[in-house]
Amino acid sequence: MIKNGSSKSVVKLHVNGDSHEVTIRSADTLLLTLREQLGLNGAKRACENGDCGACTILINGEPMHSCLSLAIESINQPITTIEGLKASNIQETFVEKWAIQCGYCTPGFILNCHALAETEPNATDEVIEEWMQSNLCRCTGYQEIKEAVKTVLQAKTNKI
Amino acid sequence: MQDRTGTAVGKPIQRIDAVEKAAGTVRYIDDYTLPGLAHAKLVKSSYAHAKINSIDSTEAWKVPGVRAIITGKMFPYHIGPILADRPPLAIEKVRYYGEPVAIVVADHEHQAKRAAALVKVDYEPLQVVNSVRDAFQTGAPLVHENSGQYMKIISNVYPVQGTNIGSHIKIRKGDFIKTWEACTTKVKETYSFNLSDHVALETRSTRVEIKSSGKVIIHTTTQSPFTIKKVMNQFFNIELGNIIVHTTIVGGAFGGKGTVQLEPLAYLASKAIGGKMVKLNYEREEDLITAPCHIGVEATISLGTNKDGKIIAGQYTFLIDSGAYTDQAAGITRAMALDCTGPYNVPNVWCDSYCMYTNHPYATSFRGYAHPELTFAVERTMDQLAKKLSIDPIELRKMNTIQPGDTSPTQSVITANNIGDTLKCLERARELIQWDEGQRLEISNNKIRAKGISTFWKTSTTATNAQSGAILKFEADGSVNLNCAAIELGQGTKTILAQIIAERLKLEMNKIHITMEVNSSYDPHQWRTVASSTTFLAGRAVLAACDDAISQLKRTASIALKCSKEDLEVGGGRVYLKPNPDYGVQIKDIALGYQYPNGHAVEGQVVGHGKYIQRHLTPMDKETGFGKPGPWWSVGTQAIEVEWDTRDYTYKILKAVTVLDGGTIINPATATQQMRGGMYLGLSFASSEAFLFDEGGIVQNPQLRTYQIIRFGEQPVEYLVDFIESPAADGPYGARGIGEYGVIGMAGALANSLSAAAQVELNHLPLIPELIWKTKKEHLK
Ligand code: FES
Ligand code: FES
Repeated sequence: MIKNGSSKSVVKLHVNGDSHEVTIRSADTLLLTLREQLGLNGAKRACENGDCGACTILINGEPMHSCLSLAIESINQPITTIEGLKASNIQETFVEKWAIQCGYCTPGFILNCHALAETEPNATDEVIEEWMQSNLCRCTGYQEIKEAVKTVLQAKTNKI
Repeated sequence: MQDRTGTAVGKPIQRIDAVEKAAGTVRYIDDYTLPGLAHAKLVKSSYAHAKINSIDSTEAWKVPGVRAIITGKMFPYHIGPILADRPPLAIEKVRYYGEPVAIVVADHEHQAKRAAALVKVDYEPLQVVNSVRDAFQTGAPLVHENSGQYMKIISNVYPVQGTNIGSHIKIRKGDFIKTWEACTTKVKETYSFNLSDHVALETRSTRVEIKSSGKVIIHTTTQSPFTIKKVMNQFFNIELGNIIVHTTIVGGAFGGKGTVQLEPLAYLASKAIGGKMVKLNYEREEDLITAPCHIGVEATISLGTNKDGKIIAGQYTFLIDSGAYTDQAAGITRAMALDCTGPYNVPNVWCDSYCMYTNHPYATSFRGYAHPELTFAVERTMDQLAKKLSIDPIELRKMNTIQPGDTSPTQSVITANNIGDTLKCLERARELIQWDEGQRLEISNNKIRAKGISTFWKTSTTATNAQSGAILKFEADGSVNLNCAAIELGQGTKTILAQIIAERLKLEMNKIHITMEVNSSYDPHQWRTVASSTTFLAGRAVLAACDDAISQLKRTASIALKCSKEDLEVGGGRVYLKPNPDYGVQIKDIALGYQYPNGHAVEGQVVGHGKYIQRHLTPMDKETGFGKPGPWWSVGTQAIEVEWDTRDYTYKILKAVTVLDGGTIINPATATQQMRGGMYLGLSFASSEAFLFDEGGIVQNPQLRTYQIIRFGEQPVEYLVDFIESPAADGPYGARGIGEYGVIGMAGALANSLSAAAQVELNHLPLIPELIWKTKKEHLK
């Protein structure tokens, strides 16, 4: 049984402020668990290899590739997905700055931007670049995303 | 052309899909699941060219949850959009690394995946055709032994039996041979690049189920739901009416989702388990190499001028690496020929465009459909010609620009109505890139700034009967719903259509409801969402539907208002008397018919419908290319400024400029988005993308870690976009297509700027620093 990786356990995940019971195999990624068991589809699978950032979520406020995290490693930790960020000004800014085309990369960028604004609101261009390089967008050419991220950071520092 | 009322067309109205996308609540195909859904995984070829001796699935069957294992025996026939040359699952032999050989269907995805890894295929390796050059040699090993027998699905495809030529398209205009002798200045250069990929962020995904009634229900990531119907009907013998294709918002496509590849596989998988719903979702590696990719090219161009620098003769030879199958590459071969000169008047043209079979992953359409690739070669040649003539590159282009009264390579007559204003584009781009401050500036000991320019054109080579339809249904509150099978791929097409409706009906945008989903049995026929043709085709259909609705509204209102229809006008949510606008009726009160005070009712719901079909397009003559393959040409000029480091040959892209004449711009904000995104895609392709093959034809970089696309921070420091709006007589409010155009000139402009910077001719892609270094070293020898 265990050899085949087919035994399952029931565990609790803390997502967007709520606790949820999920049934997982030890090999299940957090990405698949969020999507298939909790219906939180905002995190996308686009490479499942840590290369694109479409699956970005926050664990303890830190951006993580949920395709590289196992569900079993994530129990007892606060998890935030795009669905937990309702009506944040980041989302509005991405819309206003025209930073969205097909939208497939958008949740990942927004969560990464959220974490950056929380951790380093005074980030320089270099730091912004370093953070955002973990996410790929194939539609926009990054210019509008860059403007959106900078606007978000500015709003954050003005508030502090 | 329609008169603008100023309500919505030309305004930067926010995209109607953006808010939900930002919330992360939009559902793409892969976001749906349901209990009992079965999963399919592919067994893929580990060789580029090999005979299949046997397939042993004994071990795979031992994995729990496995329900079916299918091989090519289940469907030993060939399919294809232009030439039917591809078995959905390999039969007898494999022709590329990553080709589907078998499908495993299981209860869970992880079971299917594990079982797929346990299917043992015994291969006998065959000699690999690893480049278009090799493929073209006489005596080369054959990728297809019987290409002459394949069924032709559309005209203008000419495979040559006993060779690796999947199609050969010719252009013979004027007398090239004689004129070439008379040319006073000549250049001849060769260009090349490998196959690459679209890399839409959403990988392809599909779900298929076969109902006991015989209905086949397909949910899929596609640009072409009606082509899927056609293919399933043509090759699988399913009645058209029984095939229902659904698609939702698509997570980027760039041409890669325009052809039919995984749907037939999922159909076979579902069939094998009694019609239960099966999902087939491509992993990134499969999306890169198993699914169709972007062509490679080797092009040779010769241009000859008279003593004034006027181009009088051009010869163009294109070897297109279409990989193992022709798919859309056969159409791309044709598109590259019919626009081969670029937007220049070349009276004597000799062009041979070959679609070559190799043992590489097979190619399909890529944003620009032959034009980014063609333009790279043409625009490099123009710069090298300018150098030889000692003429400024912009001046040379201006002297040779194609003008109304000239003819295209296929001898279509150019008129002021069917082409944009190339000269204006060139002039505006010259200003934006600040060309006159100098093409090459040494700004410090080791930094050089250089500029490159590129001019381009493209016609949309749709099917000659490409069409679109639209239905407008009014609600009891006076708002309106649009049914139209144009697909939202990220380009903003649904917002554009809503703007056209708002403009025509003089209605507010929030009164127009657009569903992003497309359902092939509810929505009218739409050729495809490709070829920058949707604003044009669907836009015209939507306008016709508006006009139909307006006449119905007027008719019902004339009853309510007891007056003649001719005296009425529609606008602002009302129908009113022209001479006395205060006297009228609200649309909401007649949207479902008019009710007399005594309860009697007449007319019923206002349902407008409209359609549009391409006019007077013709296929091309086999020997000369003569014909009218597209409705109009959008033209543009792009420019790049780079800062190049003389020490390590790295460079930074400072400025990227696009000036496009796409006719009237319906939404300047989404149009700018499209241009920037296109520029990015073109620059990424030109600067860093290519599949790398080992000597056995195995792709060495089938992951986003090793297949490099431009990341955040590597994009141009500045994107400058401007539009010249010479209206197209036929287009909705004068609009032509723009979707692909941002890509087209980028490779040419980047290569021209770097060639100027490094003072060598860079004629191959991708333009990685190592290539510049190598070329420079060769040059110094
Ligand atoms: S899906 Fe996780 S990084 Fe790409
Ligand atoms: S908007 Fe399509 S990938 Fe970013």
